Amino acid sequence: MPGEASSMQAGARVLPAGGNPVLEARGLSVSFDGTPILAGIDLTVERGEALAIIGPNGSGKTALFRALIGAIPHGGTIHWAPGTRFGYVPQKLDIERDLPITGGDLLRARLTISHAQKSEIPAALERLSLQPRVLKQSIGSMSGGQFQRLLVAFALIGRPDVLLLDEPAAGIDVPGQDALNAALRRVQEEDGVTILLISHDLSVVYRYASRVLCLSRESACAGAPEVVLTPERLSELYGKPVSFHLHDEGNHGH
Amino acid sequence: MDIRALLVCAAMAVAAGLVGCFAVMRKMTLAADAFSHVALPGIGIALALKLNPLLGALAALLAGSLLIWVIEGKTRLSTEAITGVVFSVALAAGALTATGEELIDALFGAPGRMSIPEMVFGLAAALAVTGFVLAMRDRLLISLVSSEVAIAAGIGARGLQLGFLLAFAITVALGMRYLGVLLMGSLIIIPATIAKRLARGIDGMFTVAIAAALAATLLGDGVAAWTHRPSGPVIVVIAGALFFLSLAVSGGGGRVRRTEAEG
Repeated sequence: MPGEASSMQAGARVLPAGGNPVLEARGLSVSFDGTPILAGIDLTVERGEALAIIGPNGSGKTALFRALIGAIPHGGTIHWAPGTRFGYVPQKLDIERDLPITGGDLLRARLTISHAQKSEIPAALERLSLQPRVLKQSIGSMSGGQFQRLLVAFALIGRPDVLLLDEPAAGIDVPGQDALNAALRRVQEEDGVTILLISHDLSVVYRYASRVLCLSRESACAGAPEVVLTPERLSELYGKPVSFHLHDEGNHGH
Repeated sequence: MDIRALLVCAAMAVAAGLVGCFAVMRKMTLAADAFSHVALPGIGIALALKLNPLLGALAALLAGSLLIWVIEGKTRLSTEAITGVVFSVALAAGALTATGEELIDALFGAPGRMSIPEMVFGLAAALAVTGFVLAMRDRLLISLVSSEVAIAAGIGARGLQLGFLLAFAITVALGMRYLGVLLMGSLIIIPATIAKRLARGIDGMFTVAIAAALAATLLGDGVAAWTHRPSGPVIVVIAGALFFLSLAVSGGGGRVRRTEAEG
């Protein structure tokens, strides 16, 4: 329901002084083969924000990302600030990883098409705590955690203004997830990158997001984590009681 | 073999090796083979109209790629599925429009001296395909990994896909003279499959695929001339032998196994 989304946003949005939106979407809708996936989404994202998108499976989180980058047709309007550069980390790849492609092949390809400086490759590796040897390693021989971090390093090359991360930590063990989340946090703090993050890990959302957008077939809502992530709202969103564990309660918000 | 034919064969092998790398990585292996059959109705019509069958084949292949590309855009069917449909229809239409020995030559390749226009077309087309793959290599690589990543990076994924299908179609047409359209799919796929097994990076894959395609083509042509056999089948048999040799070289296990160790 767009009305609810708007009122939630107005009441709970965490805005930098002055407001400097990088994205404004109005009445955004997406349907596949006539079945509506998203309807009436209003979304404003300020520069430097960390917006988390949560919701049950099938609620249209990935479809929202795909519509935002123009990969699928949509209704409504999407307006990105002029000249916005994107980094995208997809939930799943279009290929098997068993291909003769090295980490270096991928990063250099990104470097070429974004006309970036060569020094951005070692810088991106360092930020993601990746060893330089991944440049020579084939992507099929990397662990899940290494490969996800490589994809984030790939997204960082070309100095994007906005990072769209679709469950970047899925399939990684807990230490790997912590390392990835810490790296993303650093990137956001140092570069002022705007982050749009789809995540199932509500404790990560609670700790790292400045605002949360929740999507479900029935409704959409948005607000600060402490407003949206209440037991009542979560059980309404997921259709059943949901609880999550906070590793460090004092460390959330911005 | 005369120098013209040698030049064109070498240029064709380089183009086939390069296009094959992306066809194999995009899982278009079987589609690639079927794709080459799309040339049939064009050859049939060209023969009926007393035109050069190469022109007909090229026209049909380009039309086929456009048709596959348009259907891909309108539906969510895979390239493989659409190629399968277009291929069957093309084969049926080909059977209706063409008969005779010239058709057999077009399908399996024919010996004989190469005319100047054929040579010019061969070299120009091979250069165009090679240039396209090398210039678009980074874009092709990124859109291979994820179409969303490509779109977010500002790569026109649809245009790139059309470019690749056209490069593929032109490569098949290139092979018509020596291998015939039926066997050209093999020269695109086999060297690239060898390269996929042996190489660890994209540069290595390009190098191995080009080397295997060149070896099969030049050696095959020589053997065919020496044994008075049609060149196409000999080239494909040699490519197949190289593939089995590559299995032995890499111990049948392929490249480095995936490790679970976190680094």
